[in-house]
Amino acid sequence: MRRFEYFEPATLGEATQLLSGGGHVLAGGTDLLVEMKEQLRRVDRVVNIKKIPGIAGLTYDEREGLRIGALVTARQVELSSIVKEKYSGLVQAVRELGSIQVRNRATIVGNVCRASPSADTLPPLIADAAVAEIHAASGTRKVLLEEFFTGPGKTVLGADELMTAIVLPLPAPRTGKVYIKHGRRKAMELATVGVAVSITLNAEVRVVLGAVAPTPIRARKAEEVLQGRKLNEELIEKAAQAAADESRPISNVRASAGYRRDMVRVLTRRALEQAMRCC
Amino acid sequence: MLLKLKINGEARELAVEPYRSLLDVLRNEAGLTGTKKGCDVGDCGACTVIVDGKPVNSCLMLGVEAQGCEVLTIEGLRHPLQESFIRHGGAQCGFCTPGMIMMAKALLDENPRPSEEEVRFAISGNICRCTGYTKIVEAILHVSHRNER
Repeated sequence: MRRFEYFEPATLGEATQLLSGGGHVLAGGTDLLVEMKEQLRRVDRVVNIKKIPGIAGLTYDEREGLRIGALVTARQVELSSIVKEKYSGLVQAVRELGSIQVRNRATIVGNVCRASPSADTLPPLIADAAVAEIHAASGTRKVLLEEFFTGPGKTVLGADELMTAIVLPLPAPRTGKVYIKHGRRKAMELATVGVAVSITLNAEVRVVLGAVAPTPIRARKAEEVLQGRKLNEELIEKAAQAAADESRPISNVRASAGYRRDMVRVLTRRALEQAMRCC
Repeated sequence: MLLKLKINGEARELAVEPYRSLLDVLRNEAGLTGTKKGCDVGDCGACTVIVDGKPVNSCLMLGVEAQGCEVLTIEGLRHPLQESFIRHGGAQCGFCTPGMIMMAKALLDENPRPSEEEVRFAISGNICRCTGYTKIVEAILHVSHRNER
């Protein structure tokens, strides 16, 4: 690693001041250290946010829902019984993220801020209607996660801002949530396609696609096909096709665009069928 | 920076630069070369150590992040897993072995009687290019079966 200046701010205020001067956030470090070692990112100043109080909690209550603080690791979410019960799609995605060693360090908020189009946690978080809480010297703001991403590695987060938490609203009764990842092997893999769905019986349906556009996207046309309807085989097939039509995949080393688009159709159908059985 | 931590139960004070990984600190500053450097980017698991009870890739952690932590490396481990790896031929070239054993220890601490599937899931971040994993899985399962008594 190249030499850098290292800071451990004790408050959010100190952290955002350091960040506005060109600092890079260190939370889990599982992306940052790799990018520094492979010289993908030039980093002169590392801001370790782990000493800041109040951003480490993973909490759930019947009013707010699930709050994932900026320091909460993927492994904490994976092992949480309340997440397993209420946000099953997120747990399915987290189990696919790197290895246990990586998940013991990597944070959910870090995975979000890295904004990789293929990141496993993003489709289920968007399907869960997640809201990001962002701190800056000028105050705090909330951003709907589906409006947070602007391109590969790009977000609406300003240089002087820090995401402090992600909040997932309480799921409605009789809601089924599923995430399915498609890769070439079972573990230590980046998604070729990822599909998350959330179905509330005879009410809201959300379909979110990962790795098939510059950002994770909601498949709005697929959702429209299903919204408020009693799902059947024919409607599911129609929605799956709509999702495939809406995807904008690229061809790369992992798969061709055509293959990805077809997998969107297959996995959307499969995810809808599975989620329906959980409602 | 002065890094104060416990390594294998022993309190250590090491002068380290913030841009050194925990892996480099262990190998070069603490002189503990049992922890191996394979890929150095978190893909191979050869550098797995246990920090405050949790298995991590020491290459993906800055040394200074271990301030005040308890670090367990292969040098500090005495566990039936080691004997079992020898008996079952769970090592060939041996490069992945320290990481494999640290990960297996962390698994058994959390789940003393894992199924084969749980063992394979747990070591999915540890790459072995020699054994095809079968003997490694057998070695871990053997210890887990002993735990049933």
